[in-house]
Amino acid sequence: MGKEGRCSFLKKRTKKLLFLRSRAVARVSDRRRGALLFFKKEVLALLFLLFISPCHAEDPALAGLRAPDYDSVAATVTDLAAHRHPRARAIITALRDGTLYAPDEGPGLYILGPAGTTDAATGAPVSGLDPDSLSKVQQNNRVRIAVAGALALLDLSAPDAATRREAAEAMVAHPDSGLLPALTTALAQETDPPAHAAMVLARAAALLSSGASGQSQQAQLDAVAALRGEGNQQARAILLGIPNPPPAVRDAARSAIAAIDLQLRLWSVGQGVFYGASLGSVLLIAALGLAITFGVMGVINMAHGELMMIGAYVTWLVQGATTAAWPGQAGLGLALSVPAAFLACGALGIAIERGLIRFLYGRPLETLLATWGLSLVLQQAVRSLFGPTNVSVITPAFMSGAVKLGGIEITLNRLVIIVFAAVVMLALTALLRLTPLGLQMRAVTQNRRMAALMGIRTPRVDALTFGLGSGVAGLAGVAISQIDNVSPNLGQGYIIDSFMVVVFGGVGNLWGTLAGALSLGIANKILEPLAGAVLAKIIVLVLIILFIQRRPRGLFPLRGRAVES
Amino acid sequence: MRLPWRPLSGADWAAVCVLSGGSALALLSLLPEGSPLHVPQFAVGLAGKYLAYAILAVAVDLVWGFAGILTLGHAAFFALGGYAMGMYLMREIGTRGVYGNPNLPDFMVFLSWDHLPWYWYGFSHLPFALLMALLAPGALAGCFGWLAFRSRVSGVYLSIITQALTYALMLAFFRNDMGFGGNNGLTDFKDVAGANLHQPGTRAALLALTALALAFCLLASRAILGSRFGALLVAVRDAESRTRFIGYRPEHIKLLVWVYSALIAGVGGAFYVIQVGIINPGEFAPGNSIEAVIWVAVGGRGTLWGPVLGALLVNLGKTLFTGLLPELWLYALGLLFILTTLFLPRGVAGLWRAAKPAGAAEVTPEMTSADHEAVP
Repeated sequence: MGKEGRCSFLKKRTKKLLFLRSRAVARVSDRRRGALLFFKKEVLALLFLLFISPCHAEDPALAGLRAPDYDSVAATVTDLAAHRHPRARAIITALRDGTLYAPDEGPGLYILGPAGTTDAATGAPVSGLDPDSLSKVQQNNRVRIAVAGALALLDLSAPDAATRREAAEAMVAHPDSGLLPALTTALAQETDPPAHAAMVLARAAALLSSGASGQSQQAQLDAVAALRGEGNQQARAILLGIPNPPPAVRDAARSAIAAIDLQLRLWSVGQGVFYGASLGSVLLIAALGLAITFGVMGVINMAHGELMMIGAYVTWLVQGATTAAWPGQAGLGLALSVPAAFLACGALGIAIERGLIRFLYGRPLETLLATWGLSLVLQQAVRSLFGPTNVSVITPAFMSGAVKLGGIEITLNRLVIIVFAAVVMLALTALLRLTPLGLQMRAVTQNRRMAALMGIRTPRVDALTFGLGSGVAGLAGVAISQIDNVSPNLGQGYIIDSFMVVVFGGVGNLWGTLAGALSLGIANKILEPLAGAVLAKIIVLVLIILFIQRRPRGLFPLRGRAVES
Repeated sequence: MRLPWRPLSGADWAAVCVLSGGSALALLSLLPEGSPLHVPQFAVGLAGKYLAYAILAVAVDLVWGFAGILTLGHAAFFALGGYAMGMYLMREIGTRGVYGNPNLPDFMVFLSWDHLPWYWYGFSHLPFALLMALLAPGALAGCFGWLAFRSRVSGVYLSIITQALTYALMLAFFRNDMGFGGNNGLTDFKDVAGANLHQPGTRAALLALTALALAFCLLASRAILGSRFGALLVAVRDAESRTRFIGYRPEHIKLLVWVYSALIAGVGGAFYVIQVGIINPGEFAPGNSIEAVIWVAVGGRGTLWGPVLGALLVNLGKTLFTGLLPELWLYALGLLFILTTLFLPRGVAGLWRAAKPAGAAEVTPEMTSADHEAVP
């Protein structure tokens, strides 16, 4: 970096400035051209009226498509659709796809399809045309918008309800008062509720659009009310852009905008809570294993993140194996990788405990260092085995996509992870409460020496606890593989946050971890839109550091004798 | 006053070795190219970097080896000292930057700022920058330590929040809005106090100065640890509750050594930046702090000369490994952590003392307090 980097940056900047300047110049000349075009348009319209002669066998509705100015093309497209021209769909689709051609001289329009050339007006095949004498009917953005609107209008009478709804939604995006009669007709015939709602909105948008100043005030007020009921960004944009509204409409629009703003803000808080819960559930599942080992053994396992990373790699391997055996079954691979990652990481955890950690009991700070060293070795080992780059874990079809709940968009993979984290949390609670192993673990947590005197084999409990914690880390890896890049550095991104959860929640019980994870996740996501992602993270970290001063052992501290050390 | 600390006698010795070694290297580098004893420039730079790291290691050892606080965030103080020095060096560039702006460093011109932020005032003067290289880390350590020790945050909790501290600072310094150069940090320095930084003479002088600073830190720390305060410090390390019940205030003792250690780390950072020629937010990375801890562990905590030796050995190893077998370095570093904690809990210094017969009674940190909790 340094000098060279900065120099090249400078050059780029200069270039960009020059580019902007040239753009500005171009814009000025564009405007001039616009004026010229305007003239041309008038003249052409005159010429059009003068020279259009009935002797041509051409359909007059199509002639405008050959006009050299884009406005006439756009108007013709809209007319074709509004008057239900029998060939409208074919011609407009051809125009959109760039297969509509006009001869350089004389009348006629042709569609150059893959099957051959056809006459646009009749659909009959044509032969013997010189392709060099044809030129493509050009489009600009205005024409493209008209094309989209026209196709949407045609779709309004499609037999499929979903197509009709999508068509209406497209018309909300580009309202055009010319489409009003067609919309009113379609609305009267519509029976499908979602399509009907979309059409009401589209009609409201058209009523308030620039060309609709002749509409009655009551109709416009109704339209404002309809948009207010919809309450989304699009409705807000339409309300903001009403051209020259009468006072009553303007006031109604203003109050509607205020109402929509409030509603949108509430929804965005709701969205923040969902994102926060999603982040929190990832943190929860990452921190649960850490909390177990820390609670029972007083050991901070710095290699926890690397165990998560290994869990993600196990997912990748299992998925690779299952898709090789049964192609297209990504979901099956993911389901199988849950137990596989748990067992693999659990076994690795037991090996770590037996081979390293048990020699360091009573020296928690040195355990921290040794496990940090282990994390470096594991990271480098994975890097040597599978390469330093990301590997791709497939998200199965049932987990991709999103559903809309009011104004909240819920991505399915995150929803599945929330559910997964809840299941893991409940399973762990049950294991701690209901099984003999859980009883022994709780006994050792509360008073190790007393538990040993009661006949609990504490070394065995330690090994199993560490195995359990590591297995849960593996499960976290499976979850994270669905939302994040799987690379040897995966663990690093989560380890500090998981520590924070454990420190914040305390190690008294798993509910502390849950509370810690959710509050951290939600605080982060609520702060993010206000302060930006990085600053939000810094604020949360500082808040935790301050919080620890008030409650040095977290929200739910461990009570009893074990605390005094 | 009688000095009760056997290991401390090593500190004088280490100071002499560092000073003579550093000055010798500096002088030899000034010999003409062809001379058989000539030391190349890159070796001077490396030696200066290692000595700056050794200063950081001494700082970590003061809190970990003598006060039992495992810090995973000392790189924060090191980097703050470095940034203070870097800001001075940035201002020294003056109109020789790419933009040639006499009032603003290049990166601010690049961000189209029109005036210097207030916290950059004064950094055109070396004494002020040196003062800030001490004050900034000292103030941060003072606030953090006062809050943490007062509410008796200890053990792994403290370790983890020190890590959070340096992580938060890293994220903050990565932001361009902070006014510290963002991602790129501060670099492209030209000269210090009028002397060209790329001249062999300047570099040799800087190396000698770094050695002098390290020697001074060693001697000052030895004097502090040999005093009554040093005895209290070890008392807090080995039996905090007992010290409190006798009537001392462990939080005050910890806070003092914590701030003192941060000051030393800041000095190390200042010397590091001036010789390495760049400081960026990566220096705040939690991994760097933990690496500093391993230097101390390898050298031997609880002695003052151990960390110096550890920092030199590990970094020499790192330079050799990353040059020859880059992919093996992380294995080596990881194994170093594991093997040191398993087999050499007292580091190389421990080996040295084990080899000497009839050593003084060992003081084992944490063991005494954690013993009754220990797993059989």
